[in-house]
Amino acid sequence: MEFGPYLLLASLEGAVTAAVLALTAVGLSLVFGVMRVVNVAHGEFFMLGAVLAWWIATTLGGHPAVGFLAALVIAPVVVAAIAAVADMTVLKRIAYDPERTIVATIGLLYILQQLTLMTYGPEARPVEPPFNSRIALPWIERTAEGWQMYYPWGLATTSYKLAVIGAAVAVLLAVWALLARTRIGLLMRATQLDRDMATAFGIPVERVYALVFGLGAGLAALGAVLIVPIQQAHYLMGHDPLLLSFIVVIIGGLGSLPGTVVAAILIGLSDGIISVFFSPTLAKIIATLLVGFVLVFRPQGLFGTRAA
Amino acid sequence: MTEARKVLILHGGLLLLLFVLQFVLPAYHHGNLARIMVLASFAMAYNIMFGYTGLLSLGHALFFAAGMYGMALTMKHLAFTPAPALLAGLAAGLVVSAVIGALALRTAGVAFMIVTLMFAQAGYLAVLYFGDWTRGDEGFVIQQAERVLWGLDLSDPTWRYFAAFTLFSACLLISLALVRRPFGRTLIAIRENEERARMLGYDVFAMKLGAVVISGTMAAAAGASYGLLFGYAGASFASVQYSIFPLLWVLLGGAGTVIGPFLGTLFMFYLIDLSSGITTAYMLIAGVVLVLLTLFAPQGLAGEVRRRVWRWLP
Repeated sequence: MEFGPYLLLASLEGAVTAAVLALTAVGLSLVFGVMRVVNVAHGEFFMLGAVLAWWIATTLGGHPAVGFLAALVIAPVVVAAIAAVADMTVLKRIAYDPERTIVATIGLLYILQQLTLMTYGPEARPVEPPFNSRIALPWIERTAEGWQMYYPWGLATTSYKLAVIGAAVAVLLAVWALLARTRIGLLMRATQLDRDMATAFGIPVERVYALVFGLGAGLAALGAVLIVPIQQAHYLMGHDPLLLSFIVVIIGGLGSLPGTVVAAILIGLSDGIISVFFSPTLAKIIATLLVGFVLVFRPQGLFGTRAA
Repeated sequence: MTEARKVLILHGGLLLLLFVLQFVLPAYHHGNLARIMVLASFAMAYNIMFGYTGLLSLGHALFFAAGMYGMALTMKHLAFTPAPALLAGLAAGLVVSAVIGALALRTAGVAFMIVTLMFAQAGYLAVLYFGDWTRGDEGFVIQQAERVLWGLDLSDPTWRYFAAFTLFSACLLISLALVRRPFGRTLIAIRENEERARMLGYDVFAMKLGAVVISGTMAAAAGASYGLLFGYAGASFASVQYSIFPLLWVLLGGAGTVIGPFLGTLFMFYLIDLSSGITTAYMLIAGVVLVLLTLFAPQGLAGEVRRRVWRWLP
């Protein structure tokens, strides 16, 4: 394949990564924005979403679409419930102290990951996509006879991958609507702005926190259910989404949702493109160093305006 | 009895006990204890930053690995003998911690934790990326013939124990001396109230950088010794797990106590050792202990002892 079609293919793969990453990172960003805590166990909620999706799909059997749709609904809800319970039993008791929360969520990370290892096992297992037809993509090139359209060999995507991108956009719009247009969103924003004042006005801040923590984890799980027909469910799969979400949230500006989405697209695309042309490890080294330097020299993030 | 004497008796007694134990322990526990002493040195290094200066780093694996690879790579590729290789490991730790410290200390709190985590992750990925030299995940073995320091074969259990004991004693005495001197006291002042320390005229940034460099170099000494004593260097020692372990050990033993890191390492080592006999998911224990500690005993073992009985515990 020539350079042009190859770049298009890399961008398409990157767009799928970016879509799932945006969901996961918005979940992390929401938790950080409202609760001012960093949830290190976020990647494990992602992993739980994928593993539950496999479990639901295999238990139901039948047509792949039935199992997948059930997983799409049930897995995020179950994961959100687990996260809300963790919030109420652990994080609430340490009063959301930022440093102790990090240590506690590291503990939570190992608990979730190792319990999955004990029950689900160390294998990677696939989930069948509900639909998956190959779509060949055209490429336009100027030749001796003028502009020509043709279908380069290997330049193709699947309908499922395009659906993932569409679904991610829909969910992100729904999250935006939830925050901007509903009463519960209003309560969340009020809690984010001033926790004490919100308490004074009778907002049940602790319930809002549990809800936000659950919502954040649910978004990660949803992203995982979407990606699991492309990747596979594995008990260690939470590591990369966690790292990438961190990168995205920090580069986008801590707690800023639009910044997070922009950064997710940027990082997802460039990760896809650098991974195709160079090595995935090099892409990750560059990204992690970038985060370190952004935090050191520009703590409000590349797109943020106020200090975090 | 004066406080200084009590401190001397407690820590001297621990060292004496560890010295005597090598003659009575069965081979299995003898080997374990050597390992624990090296890892406890790593924990003590971590404690200088976390326990005494109040800087929570999530990237100490980078310093441990800097020492380990500084030692192992110079042996493998430049044919260094153990003594200069150990020095190379120490130098690597010194340089890395000075650079990381100068950068990361521009941030504070949660941002500091994430910055250290990210730089350590970049270091881990770099070890994988330069797999031609480091052999990445697989790692490489340091041959027995190369592990002879001043005529002492460090692969021999007796000498290995003795070397681990020497490293442990040095780190313990350095920690003890540090926290009883003005420098250590200033670090504690910074931990308790950074603004006040600054107002009193201390150069807080320089003090903190000093703590990071001492901690990083000590961690590198532990890493280099670990590689030399157990004859292996691999990428897993640079992974995030080895940044979490010292945090876990120090929290369990008691942050801000000299003896705490050893207690934490000892307990956690045997807890994981016992549970790995039952299940492969032994890190579950680490997770549960971390959550329980943050919930119920943020002071750790030695911290609780200090709070209840021995108020003088340094």
